[in-house]
Amino acid sequence: MSIFTEFTERDRVFDFLAPTASPVDVRHGPILYLEDVTVSFDGFRAIDDLNLTIDDGELRCIIGPNGAGKTTMMDIITGKTRPDTGSVWFGSRHNLLRMNEPDIASLGIGRKFQKPTVFEALSVFENLELAMAADKRVFPTLTARLTGEHRDRIGEVLEMTGLKDLWRREAGVLSHGQKQWLEIGMLLMQRPRLLLVDEPVAGMTEQEMERTAELLTGLAGQQSVVVVEHDMGFVRSIARTVTVLHQGSVLAEGSMDAVSNDPKVVEVYLGEGI
Amino acid sequence: MTDSNRMWLTRPLTEGSTRLFLGLLAAAMTAVVLMHLVFPEGHALHMSIYTVTLMGKYLCYALLAVAVDLVWGYLGILSLGHGAFFAVGGYAMGMYLMRQIGTRGEYGHPVLPDFMVFLNWDQLPWYWHGFDMAWFAFLMVLLAPAALAFVFGYLAFRSRVTGVYLSIMTQALTFALMLAFYRNEMGFGGNNGFTDFKDLLGFSLLTDGTRLGLFIATGVALAIGYVLCRAIVTSKLGRVSVACRDAEARTRFLGYRVERVQLFIFVVSAMLAGVAGALYVPQAGIINPNQFSPIFSIEIVLWVALGGRATLYGAVIGALVVNYAKSVFTGIMPEAWLFALGGLFVFVTVFLPKGIAGLLPKKKRPDDDDSDTTAQEATA
Amino acid sequence: MSIRRWLTPVLLAWLMAWTGLVAAETDGQALLNNLTERDKAAAVTAIAESGDPRARRWLEAFADNKLSRMKDSGQFVVVLENRGRDWTVEDALTGEAIGEVSRRNLDRVRINNAMRSQIANTLALLDLTVDDIDQRRQAAGDLRGQVDEDLVGPVETLMNQASDEDVREKLAQALAIYRVEQGDVSAVSVLSGSLNSDARSALNGAAGSDDPAMAAAAQEAMASIEQKLKLNKAAETLYFGLSLGSVLVLAAIGLTITFGVMGVINMAHGELIMLGAYTAWGMQQLLPGQPGLALILAIPAGFLVSAFAGIIIERSVIQFLKGRPLETLLATFGVSLILQQLVRTVISPLNRTVVTPEWMSGSIMINEALSLTLNRLYIIGFALVVFAGLMLVMRRTRLGLDVRAVTQNRAMARSMGIRATRVDIMTFALGSGVAGLAGVALSQTTNVGPNLGQNYIVDSFMVVVFGGVGNLWGTLVAGLSLGTINQLLEPWAGAVLAKVVVLVFIILFIQKRPRGLFPQKGRAAEG
Repeated sequence: MSIFTEFTERDRVFDFLAPTASPVDVRHGPILYLEDVTVSFDGFRAIDDLNLTIDDGELRCIIGPNGAGKTTMMDIITGKTRPDTGSVWFGSRHNLLRMNEPDIASLGIGRKFQKPTVFEALSVFENLELAMAADKRVFPTLTARLTGEHRDRIGEVLEMTGLKDLWRREAGVLSHGQKQWLEIGMLLMQRPRLLLVDEPVAGMTEQEMERTAELLTGLAGQQSVVVVEHDMGFVRSIARTVTVLHQGSVLAEGSMDAVSNDPKVVEVYLGEGI
Repeated sequence: MTDSNRMWLTRPLTEGSTRLFLGLLAAAMTAVVLMHLVFPEGHALHMSIYTVTLMGKYLCYALLAVAVDLVWGYLGILSLGHGAFFAVGGYAMGMYLMRQIGTRGEYGHPVLPDFMVFLNWDQLPWYWHGFDMAWFAFLMVLLAPAALAFVFGYLAFRSRVTGVYLSIMTQALTFALMLAFYRNEMGFGGNNGFTDFKDLLGFSLLTDGTRLGLFIATGVALAIGYVLCRAIVTSKLGRVSVACRDAEARTRFLGYRVERVQLFIFVVSAMLAGVAGALYVPQAGIINPNQFSPIFSIEIVLWVALGGRATLYGAVIGALVVNYAKSVFTGIMPEAWLFALGGLFVFVTVFLPKGIAGLLPKKKRPDDDDSDTTAQEATA
Repeated sequence: MSIRRWLTPVLLAWLMAWTGLVAAETDGQALLNNLTERDKAAAVTAIAESGDPRARRWLEAFADNKLSRMKDSGQFVVVLENRGRDWTVEDALTGEAIGEVSRRNLDRVRINNAMRSQIANTLALLDLTVDDIDQRRQAAGDLRGQVDEDLVGPVETLMNQASDEDVREKLAQALAIYRVEQGDVSAVSVLSGSLNSDARSALNGAAGSDDPAMAAAAQEAMASIEQKLKLNKAAETLYFGLSLGSVLVLAAIGLTITFGVMGVINMAHGELIMLGAYTAWGMQQLLPGQPGLALILAIPAGFLVSAFAGIIIERSVIQFLKGRPLETLLATFGVSLILQQLVRTVISPLNRTVVTPEWMSGSIMINEALSLTLNRLYIIGFALVVFAGLMLVMRRTRLGLDVRAVTQNRAMARSMGIRATRVDIMTFALGSGVAGLAGVALSQTTNVGPNLGQNYIVDSFMVVVFGGVGNLWGTLVAGLSLGTINQLLEPWAGAVLAKVVVLVFIILFIQKRPRGLFPQKGRAAEG
């Protein structure tokens, strides 16, 4: 289609005119849509013809043995890795393959890394402040002021993540579990439409895991959450739908019970006692 | 935490540390000026105009060090090419000073600087136009380094060249510029550079008054540069910059355009370096391609490392200490200077990673008290 | 007076047969005496025919007005220095220096202009009859552009008799040049494809000839020569490029190991190269009179000196800076300053000359437009040998295996029983030692001074970054191609600008491919 016909369609909303606040369009179905995605490193196919659909407000768990391509999949969704083929759509309007990491993040996709990554030289409060949804261009950031509303929002998240007493501490001195919580807190500050959470409960105590499970299930509904996790107990406690990845593609999908009785899955996990 | 509701630019003025720095700087400068003006020549406390100008050069270096600390300390970019921005700013000023010579040059040509007459050029190259006007030259002092930093930074940060690679590239940048400026055909005086300046804004550079004025101007520029950098590092952007330094990928996933943050701070830093160079040239009386040499650039990094990385006042301390030591050493035993400088590099990196600033008694962070009280409140 | 009269073919045959044999027997004094007689032409002929090895010296001196006779003793002398009242002379017969003699005591052996051209022709042919084949070839080559009416006959005869192919070809060209100048079209074909400058100027002249057939033939021949020259020029540029590239490879390859494998930015690498160069100099001081042997011994010695220096640097500085590459950069820069000043203080701030042994000087002449200087050839060879050696060490030895293991996963390698610390020391020593080898090689192409290292450090890093860090092949390809690019640019940009252009090119290249030509791929390489 030529550019002229595009401009003559008077009723069309152009990309550059579209409202920036929560621009994702989920009227026509899923919030995240991966189709026929393949990526290889030096001939090794880390992701092989992967198809995945996440509905708006869904809580999805993704499991799979080491090397199944879970982290690479997250890299593709967040723009860190470009696939060789396939398409990735966020809602029905945004082609994620044409965007870079900050664009994707501003669209409302938040990510928690496998290894907790927080800004160690900054305080807990400052970590949350940076994560906060705001105009993140250079000059607005330079002149940004912290309003009472912002403080309240940060306070709320501090409360939720149990880091209230530590707000002035440097993030570097936190324990592993506290860093996990801080990172989850940073995700919440972003107010994303879709949360990608990579191994959220590694290094957490039983109690902390319970709180995390509560938090994630609580989020689902308003936001979509994708959890990659190894801890089967944890997955069982939160999962509604589970996707099993194996060698870069979907092996099985369904409820936890259905999946764990699937003979293909059992074979892959043989001896791991799903 | 500073009062975050003030305007970002004036926010540092409310900080104790910035006030202390500005106070000390003002006191030291007043002392220098008084020692020069009040005590007669020959008096034990008299400071000669030569020494005042030397102090002025140190202050230029201090401003340059602050600029390097801004990118290295807070953004994590180890620039081994900041000497290039310093030199470009210096050359811009030098071009203005050359044009001011007018007919007083050896060949007495009204427009062309001596070296061009010597090369049998019959007209000014296009890029020399406008440098007879002070406002234009001063604007170029800011814009030329900024443009260089912008082009280089845009290419480098866009393709995510970071860490060691970036350092090596910055070194290559300044090395390439040095080679280029050595060429007569470039129209920058070849390896002799510019010298024999006569006057600046109508004031003769040979008089004590002008030199004293330049010294004061340098001090003011350092103060402004310091406050500007402090304003940036205490702003939210400053925290984002630290975030880029420590976890670039994470920052990106929060929605910040890391390359733009890097580019902005890099360009600001290059402009500060350019100003430092521009103030340096009339005080040193010469600018030549040696200012582009990779060794000079890496020496700046040492000043910052010695003073204490990511503490702006540390950069100032480092620049002053190293350059004072250099003056003393090269006066007494020039042979030993490179040994001392080399040893200092090793010593600082191996034994003093936080620099002199790390040795200073640290004010207890108020946070700890706060968290204690909140903890008590919480338990109460 | 015609030369044909005295240099008849018969005489020539005789001359060739008796060359050398009669030389010793002939009485030099008598030959020279003849020169003072009336029939000087006959005397010159006699000297030429004598086959006396001193003949050239005598005739040259004679033609130069430098042959004299002492009035008191009648002794023939050659004047070496004829300024002032006293002239420096040597005995014409024995070649012994006599010292200064009053000008008044000397009686110049007189010569007229007609004689000069006879002597020039005689000299031109003289060397064609010596035993030494190289000298004969040289003489045949020199005849091109010299042949005149008088020489055509003798040269033709010599050509027909010459046993050596090269001599014959050159003489044929010499004759053809003469004939082309005379307007003989059939001679053009002999010159077609010749790279000799006299042949080219003869054709050039003929190309503007009034005779259209001649002009066309000459132009065609010129075109084919131009083509050939261009090829040769390209080959020469390539050769220079490869030799410059080899220097870059040598300088950079040690860095590839320390930078690529250990992640250490060794700014003192240049100074380790400098130490190697000074080792070459030191060896030559230890073995005066045997520069070649000293240079060969300097290869292992340079390796050891730099490797030892490397071990000291590793132990005293780098081991404390594990995993902080930028800090190693600063610390080793300090080390480089100390080493430079050390050399300035202990040896001298001035440059030292390292003698080039005889077997390394000179050049191999491929054809008349292309000769390859030997020292460059040796450096290319040396670089390739060092490269192959390093490949072998990394691929085939236990050390190489350990190094690769430690690079990929330090913790895992340690738990497998590899002593990582020892591997670090060995790796650094290896990289430093190779820098020393580079220094020994560089001592042959550049000045050996305290600043030698600085000139190479930026270039070396460029090569490593361009090739892809940690990749030996990458370094080889990058070094050779950067050297060649540099040489290609030099003719139109000048040496300095060529370097600037190359640096800018690399800066831009790194934007496109941040990991160099041969990047390491995959997840392990990221982060």
